[in-house]
Amino acid sequence: MAKTVFIKDTAITGKDRTRDFYGLFLGVLREKGLDTTIQLVRLADMGIYSAGIAVRVLPDNHLYTQVGESDIAGIVESIKTGQPYQPRLTKQASTQMRIVLRNCGVIDPEKIEDYIAHDGYHALARCLTELTPEQVIQEMKTSGLRGRGGAGFPTGMKWEFTRKSAGDQRYIICNGDEGDPGAYMDRSVLEGDPHSVIEGMAIGGYAIGASKGFFYIRAEYPLAIERIEKAIKQCHDNGLLGSNILGSQFSFDVEIRLGAGAFVCGEETALLASIEGKRGYPSPRPPFPSVKGLWGKPTCINNVETLANIPVILFKGGEWFSKIGTETSKGTKVFAVTGKVKRSGLVEVPMGTTIEDIVYGISGGAMSGKSVKAIQTGGPSGGVIPKDYFQTRVDYESLQKMGSIMGSGGMIVMDEDDCMIDIAKFYLGFCVDESCGKCAPCRIGGTQMLRLLEKISEGRGVPKDLEQLAMISRAMQKASLCGLGQTAPNPVLSTLNYYRAEYDAHVNDKKCPACKCSKLLSFLIRQDKCVKCGMCFKACPVGAISGNREKGYVIDQEKCIRCGQCFEVCKPAAVLRQ
Amino acid sequence: MVKAVIDGISVEVPAGTSILDAARKVQIKIPTLCKHPDAYLHASGACGICMVRVKGSKKMLRACCTPLEDKMDIITHDPEIFEIRRTVIELILSNHPNECLTCGRNNNCELQSVVADFAIREEFFEKIVPDIPQDKSTGNIVLDPRKCIKCARCVDVCQNTQDVWALTFLHRGFNTRMAPAGDISLAESPCVRCGQCSAHCPTGAIVEQDDTKLAWKALRDPEQYCVVQIAPATRVALGEAFGYPLGSNVTKKMYAALRRMGFKAIFDTNFGADVTIMEEASEFVERFAHKKGPLPLITTCCPSWVDFMEKFHSDMIPYFSSAKSPHEMVGALVKTYYAEKKKLDPAKIKVISIMPCTAKKFEISRSREMSASGYQDVDVVLTTREMARMVKQAGIDFVNLPEEECDHILGDYSGAGTIFGATGGVMEAALRTAYSFVTGKKLPKVEFENVRGLKEVKETSINIEGTEVRIAVAHGLANVEYVLNQIRTARKEGKPPPYHFVEVMACPGGCVGGGGQPYGVTDELRVARSKGLYSEDEALTIRCSHENPYVQQLYKEFLGKPLGEKSHRLLHTKYQPLPVYRR
Repeated sequence: MAKTVFIKDTAITGKDRTRDFYGLFLGVLREKGLDTTIQLVRLADMGIYSAGIAVRVLPDNHLYTQVGESDIAGIVESIKTGQPYQPRLTKQASTQMRIVLRNCGVIDPEKIEDYIAHDGYHALARCLTELTPEQVIQEMKTSGLRGRGGAGFPTGMKWEFTRKSAGDQRYIICNGDEGDPGAYMDRSVLEGDPHSVIEGMAIGGYAIGASKGFFYIRAEYPLAIERIEKAIKQCHDNGLLGSNILGSQFSFDVEIRLGAGAFVCGEETALLASIEGKRGYPSPRPPFPSVKGLWGKPTCINNVETLANIPVILFKGGEWFSKIGTETSKGTKVFAVTGKVKRSGLVEVPMGTTIEDIVYGISGGAMSGKSVKAIQTGGPSGGVIPKDYFQTRVDYESLQKMGSIMGSGGMIVMDEDDCMIDIAKFYLGFCVDESCGKCAPCRIGGTQMLRLLEKISEGRGVPKDLEQLAMISRAMQKASLCGLGQTAPNPVLSTLNYYRAEYDAHVNDKKCPACKCSKLLSFLIRQDKCVKCGMCFKACPVGAISGNREKGYVIDQEKCIRCGQCFEVCKPAAVLRQ
Repeated sequence: MVKAVIDGISVEVPAGTSILDAARKVQIKIPTLCKHPDAYLHASGACGICMVRVKGSKKMLRACCTPLEDKMDIITHDPEIFEIRRTVIELILSNHPNECLTCGRNNNCELQSVVADFAIREEFFEKIVPDIPQDKSTGNIVLDPRKCIKCARCVDVCQNTQDVWALTFLHRGFNTRMAPAGDISLAESPCVRCGQCSAHCPTGAIVEQDDTKLAWKALRDPEQYCVVQIAPATRVALGEAFGYPLGSNVTKKMYAALRRMGFKAIFDTNFGADVTIMEEASEFVERFAHKKGPLPLITTCCPSWVDFMEKFHSDMIPYFSSAKSPHEMVGALVKTYYAEKKKLDPAKIKVISIMPCTAKKFEISRSREMSASGYQDVDVVLTTREMARMVKQAGIDFVNLPEEECDHILGDYSGAGTIFGATGGVMEAALRTAYSFVTGKKLPKVEFENVRGLKEVKETSINIEGTEVRIAVAHGLANVEYVLNQIRTARKEGKPPPYHFVEVMACPGGCVGGGGQPYGVTDELRVARSKGLYSEDEALTIRCSHENPYVQQLYKEFLGKPLGEKSHRLLHTKYQPLPVYRR
């Protein structure tokens, strides 16, 4: 019996060894003459992270992690017998609930047969043969699915608005311009399960009455683009896109448009301008895209993760979906847990799971024995949530109440070494870089705020600066034209709210409590602890340390650039950082 | 119609009216820096000052681009709205150089007014003004991107109203700046110098090149004999600078003021317009009645339109009238006909034109034909805005000035000459004379109402002795393409031309809405200025160019006949295809 073997290097850091390992594995298969009966597939995402090389054997569904070169022979042997290879056999963590990522790492994304075998395109067939577009929309409304791009607008309502808008042509667009720092769930879905997104779009197109769809994918995702291209071709070959799909009256086709690297193009109106070939500027709403969108026609824009949910909902029913999650937020959410956490990666959990369960339970808490200080959700538009509030259950409303947002699902874990001013500066800097420059509050306000934060982190801050930060924040939130500017001050406001003491320490005492802001640090050698090894002397890149192994060493504060090299190399911890 | 409440006052407006416009109806002025009242410009929502809210809502809305909805209860003023507006203004100020005293918009800058109104007396935020050089490459429009507040009016008018696409925004975020696409100079760009950008700019980021110094230099030189002419549209706009009601005709005060400034002869471009009609109507009769030359005949009084055609639609060159624009004709005639009669050395004559237009500054040296007299026919062009400044510099109390007449032989004009300043005016004036040329009869009714008004493209036909003459009038360059495509389609399909006569003016409303006119142009203002011209036409006894006795004298004494050898040498020009980009 033909078998399939998936391979993926799940380590987040360092070189991706998938290709090398693939070569080795293939070598063994060839040696044993099995390369024609066992198919080897390199995956972009298996839904498992920080577990070394992972290997999954199908249809036996045996998963092996931390696989080394020496295990290959054993695994190949076990494939032949069908018995698992015990030394590396792993059971996948079960606290997650995989709806969006249901097929990622389970099917071969380049094979439409695999997708169909996993209930793919059944939902589309059901819609086209059993349901009217209105019934599809009703099913979506029953499910309670809300947009996963960030704002959380009910998808069924969005579809209904678009369907009810007058127009001879309607469009559905898949927003794949994922850009939040650290978030990559959309990429994983596009790479790992492209057909689910196409099916979601086709169902959406049927529901709203669109005959044309566009994928807007950022050009930095070449593999996602390649897989979607292949998937579209397979759909054409199998009559799942084009005229009279599955013999019905419904005709639908999709095209790909590439984003050229502007974060703001993830904003609906800017995205439309970009597809139309114009400068990626947002425009005032109303009119909303559902009324006047692409080329003036009613347009529905859904996020990748939203679309990936749709086939399941229409296969299993809205009723089933609405039982998952909380009162206001249904279904699951994929989070990209990154930062200083033991097991970083994509995590899909039902709405309402506590932050604690995600950060400690699934992701294993802080890396390297330090303690977690806070998380940042919602990317540059979100805010921080200190660990004291980790009992919070994640859904749209509760995160908003905490001064953050769901956003696209980025979750960055910070430990005690992270300075909150530095974090705020990083996120604000991102928004300032990505501001389109159209409206004054965001264009000038963002830059002014960043200057103030730089001033504070360099020890030049005065109390009035905090007042100015708050003032500009209010103006940006209320008067910016689009979501980017309106939410850009959130990281500053939430850190000011939860960590005011850190700001005060920077401004009043000229100290950085996390010892992160280099301009506020000083390094001293404690002679009582110094063993005169000379490591610091060697490490200093600017020759600020003088002395010898007899007399000991001192740091010249004038010359010191506060890089911290001496602190890092000192084994007896004789270098004092303060 | 929607019924709503703004600040407790009931208001009823047509559906789709913005909150900003609806508020104006009930005497509420919401401050804004990006939305221009001109209907040609779209609300971009760039400045973020016009914030209002629905009563009880935390969210704020932009009044400029949010349509008023039925039963809305809008609050335009509360402490938070005031604070937000003030902060945004302070932010804009932090990104704007403090050069008010030496700025081209000093005393009529919209940013300056708003800052003054909000009593901002100290700079709250750190000043961040990147150093970007000025662009003076065109010699008539000056770009100073440092003063730009990114309201996008210039980009909107250049791309959407004028279809020129010379201006755009480069870079993004804080580094966003207004500039020609590709970061080339304005002179290398497709810019046609219409100056609509400068007429709509809220600050001094785009202004006309100020040539008043050149004019004063000539006037103060005892060797020079300075002659001035005023364009039709300037007489109904200059008054705005001195507090006159919109559309007031101040022709005779202008004559008096110019005489006091030291001009030796005060002439009028309206006379030149009459001469233009003699030439152009004759050209039309040649092509229409005698079938000598292709139809339609397209007017060429507007230098921006000529430049636009040479760059974008050079296949239309055969249809173009070869007649020069009126002020160029006056210039050539001053340095030949007038110089001969007055026994003056044309080398020592300076002709200065007061024009509603920035492109006229460019026109005077655009080709060899503009020096038909042997010297540059027109030496200096001043816009209406510059003339207002010169009057003030000269210390002339314009309002109380006694009215004076112009000088003869290149000053007196007919009603046909004066309506040149409004869209459809050239067409109407030409038809009046063409009718007489074709039929040899006097026109029973000189008004052609169908070509008047602000409709984008006016297509109509008139009957000359049983023969139908089909005409089209377009203003605003974005409206031209439709007309030209009609011509192209007919030509391709071998059909008779859709029109016999076409008039094009680059600026919306024609010259009354010109790029060198006083600020704040709206359709209301365009109508008021046009009305000023049409009333003058009505009040004049001579209303057809060919009936102007001074025109008749000119042809008798000097030119011979229209389209004659001398006319061709002095009053006609040539066209050539030009590259859109010059780099």
